[in-house]
Formats: sequence, C-alpha cells, structure tokens
Amino acid sequence: MKHLLSISDLHRDSAISLLNLAVEMQQVNSRDVKKLPALNGRTVANLFFEDSTRTRFSFELAAKRLSADVVNFTAKGSSVSKGESLKDTVQTIEAMGVEALIVRHHHSGAANTIANSAWSKSAVINAGDGTHEHPTQGLLDALTIRQRLKGTSDKGDLSGLRVLIAGDILHSRVARSNLLLLRLLGAKVGIVGPATLVPDDARILADFVYFNFDEALSDNFDVVMMLRMQRERMNSAFIPNETEYSTLWGLSESRFNLLSTDTLIMHPGPMNRGLEISSAAADSPQSAILDQVANGVAVRMAVLYKLLAQETSLK
Amino acid sequence: MKKNHYILSNVQLSNGTSVDIEVKDGLIKTVAKDLSGADVIDCSGLIALQGFVDLHTHLREPGFEQSETILTGSKAAAKGGFTAVHAMANTMPVADNAAVVEQVYALGKSAGYVQVQPIGAVTLGLSGTQLADLGKMNASQAKVTVFSDDGKCVSDSLVMRRALEYVKAFGGVIAQHAQDPALTVGAQMNESELSLKLGLTGWPGVAETAIIARDVLLAEQVQSRLHVCHVSTRGSVDVIRWAKARGIAVTAEVTPHHLLLTEELASEYNPLFKVNPPLRTQDDVLALREAVADGTIDIVATDHAPHPADSKDCEWGEAAFGMVGLETAASIVKTTLVDTGLIDWVRFEEVLSTNPAKISGLTDQGQGIQVGSFANIALIDPATKFKVDAVSQSKSSNNPYLGMDLSGEIMHTIYRGTFTVKNSEIQNLGAN
Repeated sequence: MKHLLSISDLHRDSAISLLNLAVEMQQVNSRDVKKLPALNGRTVANLFFEDSTRTRFSFELAAKRLSADVVNFTAKGSSVSKGESLKDTVQTIEAMGVEALIVRHHHSGAANTIANSAWSKSAVINAGDGTHEHPTQGLLDALTIRQRLKGTSDKGDLSGLRVLIAGDILHSRVARSNLLLLRLLGAKVGIVGPATLVPDDARILADFVYFNFDEALSDNFDVVMMLRMQRERMNSAFIPNETEYSTLWGLSESRFNLLSTDTLIMHPGPMNRGLEISSAAADSPQSAILDQVANGVAVRMAVLYKLLAQETSLK
Repeated sequence: MKKNHYILSNVQLSNGTSVDIEVKDGLIKTVAKDLSGADVIDCSGLIALQGFVDLHTHLREPGFEQSETILTGSKAAAKGGFTAVHAMANTMPVADNAAVVEQVYALGKSAGYVQVQPIGAVTLGLSGTQLADLGKMNASQAKVTVFSDDGKCVSDSLVMRRALEYVKAFGGVIAQHAQDPALTVGAQMNESELSLKLGLTGWPGVAETAIIARDVLLAEQVQSRLHVCHVSTRGSVDVIRWAKARGIAVTAEVTPHHLLLTEELASEYNPLFKVNPPLRTQDDVLALREAVADGTIDIVATDHAPHPADSKDCEWGEAAFGMVGLETAASIVKTTLVDTGLIDWVRFEEVLSTNPAKISGLTDQGQGIQVGSFANIALIDPATKFKVDAVSQSKSSNNPYLGMDLSGEIMHTIYRGTFTVKNSEIQNLGAN
C-alpha cells in the first residue's frame, strides 16, 4: 500500500510533482463549485488521537473536495479514552470499509506502526506524529514559499532560497518535515533557538545553526519561519520563563522592522501572539500565514489524489 | 539404563584439553581420558563448560504469569545452557520480604530445570525510599545475597548509601539499575542524532554514567560491594575501569543485546527493539566488547524480560521495554566475542558462569568441571551456525534476534547430573 509517513518517503521529483498537482487543486478551490469527482465512493477516515481542529478541517475539506466520504474519529470521548489499543481502534474502523487513514497521534512513529503492521491494509497519511514529522505541513510550506518567492506559475524547486526556522526545534514535527523537504528541494535552511531546544544532535538536519536570534536574522534569509512555543516547556527547564523567551527569541516588532521588506514571515499556527511572534509581523503584508492555511487544503488534496485516485507510490 | 551414571566422552574443556567426564549421582566423579564402566554419550566436537549462571533474569512470577512463569523461564534458561538464574525482584507482589523470595525459591526447586536464586528488592515495593527486609530475606531459606530494585534506580543517594552499608553484615551486594530518573523522564531510546530525527525522547548516556560514578564513590566511602547491571555506554565502562583501578569493590555486567544490537534498529519504530537501557551506538558496542575482554566488565547477564504480545504490537511510545534473551545468550557471546577473537573459552566460562556465581556467592555453581563438583554442565557445539527462529521455551515471543545469524548451539545441558536439554531438545523432567 502507498503511504505518506515522512518526507523521506519522497524524492526531489516526486515532491515537485506533488506541489505542481497542488497548484492544479488550488484552481479547483477558487471555483464556485469546489469539487472534483476523483474519489467518488471512496471512504477516508480522520483518526485524530490528538486534538487539532485546523488540521482535521483541512484534511476533511481536502477529501470532500475530491468527493470522498469522510468519517472523523477523535480520541476524546471515544473508545480510546476507555483504554482501547491502537490496533483495536484501527481494525474496528477498517472493518467498516475505510480505505485511507489520516492519522494524528501524540506518539512519534504511530503512523509508521499502523502502516507497517499486519493489522492494517489502508493507505496511511501522517497528519502529525508526536515530535517526529508532519509531512503535509512541510509540503504546504514549500508550496507557499515557492509561490510567494518564485511566482505562482513556477514549476521548479527552491534552489537559491534561504530559510530560517526559529524556536523549539527539538519538539517540532513541523521543523523536521520542513528541514527535510526544503533541503531536498535545494533551499539552504538555518535553525536558531536556545541550545536546550536546538541540541547539538540537530546539526545534522540543518545547513546553519545559530544560538543568537539577532545574528541569525542579520544573515539575509528569504524566509523566517517561527515555531509555536509550548508554554509547558518551562516546567522541564528548557527555558527560564515566557518573558525571557519572547525577549531573546520572539519576532518582536523591532526585530521585524530590521528585516528586508521582501522577507517572508511564516508560522504553522496556532500562534502565541506576543510570545514567539508579534502582531506587527504576523499581520504584515510580508506574512504568508493565511496562505499557508489555504495551501494546506490544496496540498492535502494532491496527496489524497496521488495515493487513492492514481494509487501510485509517492517515491 | 542408569540415568544417574554416565560418561561424556571426548569433550573439550575450556582450556582446550580433551577428556571424558564421568557423572554419578549428580556429581562429577572422574575427569580423565578413555573412561568406561557406564553408559557412554559421545560428545566429540563439543565443548564442555560449567553450567551458565544468569545474574539478571525476569521470571515474572508471581504476578505476571501471562508473560512467564518460573517453570517456563527455567526451561528457557536450560535451553540456553544455564543451570542457575537469579530471579529479579520486580514481581507482583514485589520480592521485598522473606515470604515472596521463599515462594520463588520453592517454585524454582519444584520446576527443577535450573537453580532459581531469588534477588531481593533493595527498597520496600521498589519505592526507593524505605529499605526492604534485607536481613530477613538473607536469613530465609532462599539465602538472598543480591539485592536490586532493577527496573528502577535506587536514585536517592542516602538510601543507596545505607543499602550498601546494611548488606555488609552478611556479605550482600547491591545490584544497581543505573538510571538517573530526572534525566530520563519519558525517555524512549538512546539520545542521539537518530533520536532527534525520529522524534523519540532521548535517554542520554550520562544518566547511566553519572549514577555509576556516584555509586562507586559511595561503595568506596562505606567499603561495600556494588554490582552494576546492564552497562550500556563507553563512558560507563571508563568510569568502572577507573573505579577498579582505584580498588573499589565493583563488578559489572553487560547484556547480550548490548553486545550485538545498535540504536539503528529503532528506525522503523519496531518495539521489539525497545529496551531499557536502550540500544546504543556501534562505538558503545565495541567498547563493551573490549571491556568484557579486558576484565572491566565481569559478566554477561541476560536481562531476559518477557512481555505479552500485545505490549509489543503497538505504537513505540506505548510498548513495554525489554526483550527475551536466555536461549540466545551463549550464542551471542560466542558470535560477538569468541568468533571475533576478543576472548577465549576460558574467559567465556568466567563471564557466563564462574564470575556470576562468585558475585552471588553460589557454592553449587561455577565451581569448575572437576571431581566432586555438582555436575552442572553446558555442552556447546561451536561449529553450528543457525538462523534464530521463533521456537522458544519462553512464554513470550518478544525476541529481537529473529532471522539473525548466530553461531554456537547448546547441545546438552546438565543440571545436577540430570539432562535438562539433550540433543538440543528440552527434556521432560516429569518422565525421568
């Protein structure tokens, strides 16, 4: 079966062709009747073992615009809260005739476990697993960067572009998928944050590593991608407190004003305004944050189309 | 046929000499060439070693009989050439009092495949705060000398100090599971570039090494005896080497899996490779192998940890830590240490039998293949190469070695003169 578990399931050309397919899907989304018959009669399940309203909506819309039937499973108030195992949950849902599972899970590797197991035959799409990966987020970010910086009709890669990812790299599945994909597409990617959240081991994932935000920002990046800061990180001594974090690592209005007016500002959402990002940056014309959300639907349509309608391996 | 009187002919001893061994009434009666006068069992090509002694076995009974029982664990041990195992204390109820250790001891005796020597908990209910009935367990019929909260670290420095001091009265030893709990909250695998890539919470080597460093200094301070369970990193080896050079009474063990497997096996999130302490890097594996060869590490112990299938057929983060290991231990030591030329059969016998028996103070085990000793013998065919299959005496199947190539097969195991394994087949002792 064909799955999308990690960006490492893709090579350069298959990633570009997914982005190009997503561009075609964007045209569907701009029509009055936003629907293609591609997955008519097919059934897709959103398996959300962890809350995420926006990602679930995005996948649900993507599947519905391809005319698939969509069922939603959320862990809260379900059999899982009564102690049901992943295996039993998946087997139960598949027994109802589901062909694709879109899995969001708090454990890293949960989507891999389902895809590799003897108890699932479905196509599995990883919609975020623990602190591992969120491959469709990587794809939608790559599409957003390409369209904003290379033009909407560009069909190529991201070579020549420099992207800075700032914040909690250690715990961010968004960062992992972006680092893998943006570099696969030829961009140079830097990471910056406190050393507790940008550990030495992270060097293998990036082209540049910084431990000073201002120094990193002065290095002429084309894109600055801010990551969400989980407030509970303070409890494990990763950071001293919110004020120090926002002072040292937040994209404040003054830091934002020092950037070139061409620098693209991104954030995977949901934002902590005033903590990692200022409203001045988030709401500026340079911000691509709402483009990211819009592109999410198109990218997920492309992934579902490839896996289910064409039944082709992504690689 | 007189089952209590036979001759093992043409065996090779660990020192390379070729002899016959006459066994009568559970004892070794004669060791010489060309013996006759009893049933002769041709053992040409086999190496006869003292029966193996495992200092670290989870038999799971009482409390977790769906994973293993003392009987099934004993059979798995015999299959692996063992004639004694030490049953870890983290059962339900915990082996923290005389009643539980005597029950385990008695069940082991009635199973009859190996000597089952209980390990007592260091602290009440493995709580880490209040000492268990150390003296009563020692004075019980089980004569407990090894104490461990294995599965948990005795992390409180004062409790560890007191435990080390307390057991001096009866020559006991504290076997520490070295893992700083604060440094390993939620830890899932070795902390490394790979853990970062996989998004699995790292278990840093320093969490082990730092506890070992503290414990050897405590052992020196109170002049007591420390044993370090399942050493897994190069850094830990260095600390133990330093402590031994300083004259501190510390012994150390390594598991077969830490001699063979590395963290890369976690890449597909297959929980069969989830174990605590975690699989480390190839550099650590090489350091551990060298440490067995140079004497820094004294013994190989299995940390045989059976788990029911469901606890491994799930996402990595929910899966149980641990792997079975009794049946493959000797073959792994041969494959990783003998076949690579790092150790000879004399050292093999020391690390799997003589030394663990000595640490525990067992007087009926590891005493040499010599006249008057109990006939506890493992006969290994060094020439056999095989692929590990799923056939097992253990009740559990969490075997990480399936499909791997190993060398050296246990042909016969003899416990107190009785064949528990003959021609690689487990024997039904009830029929004897």
